Amino acid sequence: MSVRDKDNLTGYKEKSAELLRKQRVAVGDTITIKTSENEFTGILMTRYESADKNHIVIKLRSGYNVGIGTDKVRSITKLTDPTRDVPDAPATKNVAFVDSFKQGSKEFKISQSINQNFRSKEQPKIALLGTGGTIASKVDYRTGGVSAALSASEIYASVPELENYASIEPEVLLNEYSENLKPADWTIIAHKIKEKVASGKYQGIIVSHGTDTMHYTAAALSFALQNLPIPVVLVGAQRSSDRPSSDAALNLIGATIFAVRSELTGVFVSMHATTSDDVIACHLGTRVRKNHTSRRDAFESIDGVPIALIRGEILEMQLEQTGLKLKKRTNNTNGLLVGPEFDSRAVLLKYYPGFNPEFISHAVAAGYKAIILEGTGLGHVSKDCFPQIRNAVESGALVFMTSQCIWGRTRMTVYETGRDLLDIGVIPLSDMMAETATVKAMWALANSKDAKSTTKLMQENIANEMSMAIPI
Amino acid sequence: MAIDPVVINLKVGIEIHQQLATNCKLFCSCRSKEIEKYGATFVRKLRPTQSELGSYDPAALFEFKKMRTIKYYASAASSCLVEADEEPPHDVDSGSLETALIISLALHSDIGDELHVMRKFVIDGSNTGGFQRTILVANGGYLDVNEKRVKVQSICLEEDAAKLISDDGTIREYGLDRLGVPLVEIALEPVTGTPEEIMRIALSLGRLLRASKRVARGLGSIRQDVNISIDNGAVVEVKGVQRLDQLVKVIQYEMLRQHGLITIAQKLRNRKVVEKEIGDRIEDVTDILTKSPSKVVINALQENNSIFKAIRIRGFGGMIGFEPYPDIRIGKQLSELVRFYGLGGVFHSDELPRYGISSEEVQAIKNKLCIDAEMDAFVIVGGQNLKVDFAIEAIIQRLKMALNGVPPETRAATFDGKTVFSRPRPGAARMYPETDVPTIPINSSRIASLSEIVPKSMDDILNSLAKKYSLNKKLAEQIFDSDYFGIFEEIAGSVKEVRPTFIASKLTEDLINLERRGLDPAVISDEILFDVFKRLDNGTIAKESVISIFEKLMNKEAETVEEAKMALGITAISDQELDTAIEKILKENTPIIIEKRLGAIGILMGKSMALLRGRADGHKINSKLQQKLEYMLMKVNSSDTSPPASA
Repeated sequence: MSVRDKDNLTGYKEKSAELLRKQRVAVGDTITIKTSENEFTGILMTRYESADKNHIVIKLRSGYNVGIGTDKVRSITKLTDPTRDVPDAPATKNVAFVDSFKQGSKEFKISQSINQNFRSKEQPKIALLGTGGTIASKVDYRTGGVSAALSASEIYASVPELENYASIEPEVLLNEYSENLKPADWTIIAHKIKEKVASGKYQGIIVSHGTDTMHYTAAALSFALQNLPIPVVLVGAQRSSDRPSSDAALNLIGATIFAVRSELTGVFVSMHATTSDDVIACHLGTRVRKNHTSRRDAFESIDGVPIALIRGEILEMQLEQTGLKLKKRTNNTNGLLVGPEFDSRAVLLKYYPGFNPEFISHAVAAGYKAIILEGTGLGHVSKDCFPQIRNAVESGALVFMTSQCIWGRTRMTVYETGRDLLDIGVIPLSDMMAETATVKAMWALANSKDAKSTTKLMQENIANEMSMAIPI
Repeated sequence: MAIDPVVINLKVGIEIHQQLATNCKLFCSCRSKEIEKYGATFVRKLRPTQSELGSYDPAALFEFKKMRTIKYYASAASSCLVEADEEPPHDVDSGSLETALIISLALHSDIGDELHVMRKFVIDGSNTGGFQRTILVANGGYLDVNEKRVKVQSICLEEDAAKLISDDGTIREYGLDRLGVPLVEIALEPVTGTPEEIMRIALSLGRLLRASKRVARGLGSIRQDVNISIDNGAVVEVKGVQRLDQLVKVIQYEMLRQHGLITIAQKLRNRKVVEKEIGDRIEDVTDILTKSPSKVVINALQENNSIFKAIRIRGFGGMIGFEPYPDIRIGKQLSELVRFYGLGGVFHSDELPRYGISSEEVQAIKNKLCIDAEMDAFVIVGGQNLKVDFAIEAIIQRLKMALNGVPPETRAATFDGKTVFSRPRPGAARMYPETDVPTIPINSSRIASLSEIVPKSMDDILNSLAKKYSLNKKLAEQIFDSDYFGIFEEIAGSVKEVRPTFIASKLTEDLINLERRGLDPAVISDEILFDVFKRLDNGTIAKESVISIFEKLMNKEAETVEEAKMALGITAISDQELDTAIEKILKENTPIIIEKRLGAIGILMGKSMALLRGRADGHKINSKLQQKLEYMLMKVNSSDTSPPASA
C-alpha cells in the first residue's frame, strides 16, 4: 500500500518514514532538521520510490533540494508559521519582490503576454484527446523521471496561442506512457475518434500521444478509420512540457494549424521537422517512423517527404512531391469505415546473422497467425530458415517480408534467396514499413474471415502504406 | 563624492564562479574548450513553465515577455546533442564532483549526504534547456582572511552558460562551446567593510581555489557576482565581475547609486507621493509626435505598428532628472529598463523640451494627460506597439519601487566598473529537480579519502613555493596569483641553467610592465613562453633578449619567437665569433687595461654587452672576458722588465 494514502509521506520507507511520522510531519510541511553538524530548514519533499531509505529530502529556501542522512538526524521540528519562522538568508532576501511582481501585474498569466488575435467569427472546433506521454507530463516521484500527468486541458491552458486558430475541446482519454499502450488501446482511441467525427462538430481531431509508439498508433488508426471526413493528427513531444525548451507547444500549434486548414484527410503525425523551433512536419500515419531516441526531429517520413510543413502560420502542402493520393476533406460523415478491432496474433521477427530459425517454429507453436519478417536488403533471410518457414506456411501461418533497411522497397525476384522464399510462400510487402506491416497484420487478422482474405487485405494498399512510386 | 561604507552599513556578499580544469563538461564528454569557429546553427524559443511548487518564477516571466528568438552556434569539437538539448544529460563528471568536494573540505563546509541535481530556470537563452543544472554540494564553512573569519553560505557545482555572441533586440545569438563547462559556485555570507577589504576576501578565495590546482586560469575563468546592500535598501545582485580592480569600482558605484536612490525616495516620501497615482493615466501621443524632428522619435516610429505613449506620474516633477550624485538619477534607471524591451525611445518631462522635442509638443502631451501642476511629471515611450505596452507596465512598476528606494534586481557589471539593469531578482521558485540524473549519495569514506588532498593554507603554500624555487616571499605570492603560475611550474621544472627567480620575475613584473604600456598579453601563449625559456636555457638567446622578444610579440611585430629574434637582429653567436669579438674589444682598450689592470673588467663588460647583448649569454661573456683579460695581463707582465712573481 502506498504511504501517500495514510500520512502523506510519499516515497519514504522504514527509518526515514518512521522519523517523520513520529514528528507528525507530512510532505509539503516546512520543517527544521538538526543534524550532528548543521541545521536545515525547508519544505519536506516527496521521495522517489526507487531512491534509498536512508535520506530525507528537503527543499531549502534557496530552492535547492538536499538529502539528509537519517542516521545524522538529531531532531525534526515542524514550523507552525513558516512565513514567520523561516529566516531569509540575507543575500537572497527577495520575497517582497515576488509579491510586488504579482501585485503589479495582477497575477500575471502567460496567456496575457501572447499576441492573441481573436477573430470576431467563431473559431473552428478541434477535439483534443489526451492519451499521455511527454506532451503532457511532469515530475514523477515514483520513478524519479518524467511522467504523464498534466491533463489535456492543462496543455491548452499553457499554449494560449492555440486560441488564435481554433476552439479546442480537450478530453483525457488515457493516461499512459506510450510504451504501455496495447492494441486494445488503439481500439479505445478509434472508438472515441469515431464518436467525435460522427458528432459533426469538429474541423479536425488531435490526439496527444507519447512518442515511443506514436507511429504504431498512427498506423493502427489509419487502418481502423478509413474514409475519414476530417484529419486526425497525432502529436507528441521529445522534450517534456515541464521545461522551457519543450517542443510540445510548437508541435501542438502545428498540429492545430494542419487540423484546421488542411484540405486533405487521413491520419497524420505532427512533430518538429528540424532541431530548430521553426518548422513542423506533418507525416502520413502509415509512413512515419521514430528514427532517433531523443532529437526533436526524430520522426521522419519514410520513402517520401512529409505531407505538409507548417512554417510559422503558413501551411505548405507537399502532396505532389510525395506522389501519394489522399482523400479530400468532406462534410459527409457517413462514408467513415470503422474497423477498430485488432488481433495480436501477429509477430515481428528481425533477421540477423546468427538468427535462430527455431524462433519461427516457436511463433507458430505459440499460435501466431501472421509472421512479419524484417529481412535484409531486398527481403532476404538465410537459407537456414527455409525449412522452418516452409513448415510455418504449411501449417497455415502467413509469412510476410519487409526490409530492415527502413528505406526502399522489397524485391524478392532479384536474387536466388528471394526467389526461393517466394517459392516457399513468403509474401513480400512492397515498401511497407515493418512496424506498419505488423500493425496492419493485427488489423487484417481481426477484420478477415480466413487466411486468404487476410492476405488480400495485406496486399491491398489501404492507407498509402505502400507507395506506387518512391520519389527520387 | 565619497560615502563612508561604515555609516551606510555597506554589506557585500561575494559569489565566485570558478571554471574547473577538466577535460570534459559536467554532463557530457565534450571538450571543455572555447572555440572561435562554429559549424551548425539552430534556432529556438523558450517559454516559461510552472515550477514544482506551482508558482511562476518572475524572472522567467520577465524574459518570456521579451519574446526573443534565440540562435545557437555549435561546433562538433566542443558540443554535442546534450548541449543542443537534444539528448538527456549523462552522469555528473566524477572529476568535477571530486574537485567540488575538495574545495568544500578546504572551506570547512558541511557536505550534503545526498546531492540532488537541480534545474535553475534561466530563460534568456543562455541555456538551451531553459535551465542551468546545478548541485548544492555543501553548506556553511568559513575562510580566514587577515585574521577575519568570513563565513561561507553554500558551495554548488554547476554548468556554465552559453557564450553570448550578439543581441539585436529580436534575435539573440549564443555559442555552445562554453555551455556545460563545470563551475564551482561559492557564496560567502555578506560582510561589512571597505570595498578594498572586500576585494581582498575575493582575492584570498581565488587563491585557495587555485591552490587546489584543479581550476582553470585566465580571464573569464573566474567571475564574481556580488550582492550589495546598504541600510534602508534592498539586495542588488551584480553579475559578471571579472577582475578584482573592477570589483572595487563596482562596489563604489553601487554605494553611490543605492544611496542616491534612497535619497530620492526620502524626497518623494516627503512630498507624500501616492503609489496608486503613479501611472494613473496613459495616453497615446503618437499624433503629437509624428512631425517631431527628434531622431529618437523618428527611429522609434519607423518600426511596424509603432506608437508613442505617455504616462502621467503624479508627484515626480523634478525628481526623475534629479541627481543626488553625478549621473545617478531615476531617468537613467528607466532608460536602462526600456532598453531591455528592445526600445530606445524614452523621455521624461524633467529633460524636456530637448532632443528635438519642442515646448509646444511637451505642452500638448501635458494637456492630453491633464497635467497642470509643477509637481507632476510624465514619461513617454515609443516603439513597437506590443513592446511599448510591456515597457509601460515595467516603467510604472519601477517608479512605484522608487518610493522604497532601491529595487531588488539583478544588474550587470560594465567593463569600466559601473552597473546596468539586467532583470528583476529571481525568487526561490526557480528551482526544479533534474529528473534525468539520479541523486548522488556521498559516503563518509569518500570524504575521508579526499581529506588528504585538500589544499594547504595560503602561508604554507607560499612558503613551500619559496623554498622549492628559491624565491623570495613577495615573488612567490606574485607568481602564484598570476595567470602564468601553471606554466611557470612547467618551465621551472624543465630548464637547467635558468634560475626560477628569473623566470618568475619575467612572468610577473616584466610582463605586467609591458601590459601597462598597453601591449596585448594575450599573444604570449604557453608555447611561446616555453620556446623563449628553452632557447635561453640552450644559450641561443641571452637573458637580456627575453623582454625584447616579448615586446616584439606583444607589439604584433612578430608572430613567432624566431621572427621576433630576426626582427631584433639577434643571431646567436658562435664561440669562435665570441672569442674574436672579445679579443677585438681587449685590443681596442689596451690603454685602459694597462692602467686599471683587472679593475678594467667593469668597463670592458659594459662595452662587450653593448655589442653582444642578446647574442650571447652575459655570464658567458663575463667569464670569457675575465679569462682573456687575465691571459692578456699575464702576457703584458711577462714582457715587462721585472719577471713575473710566480716565475
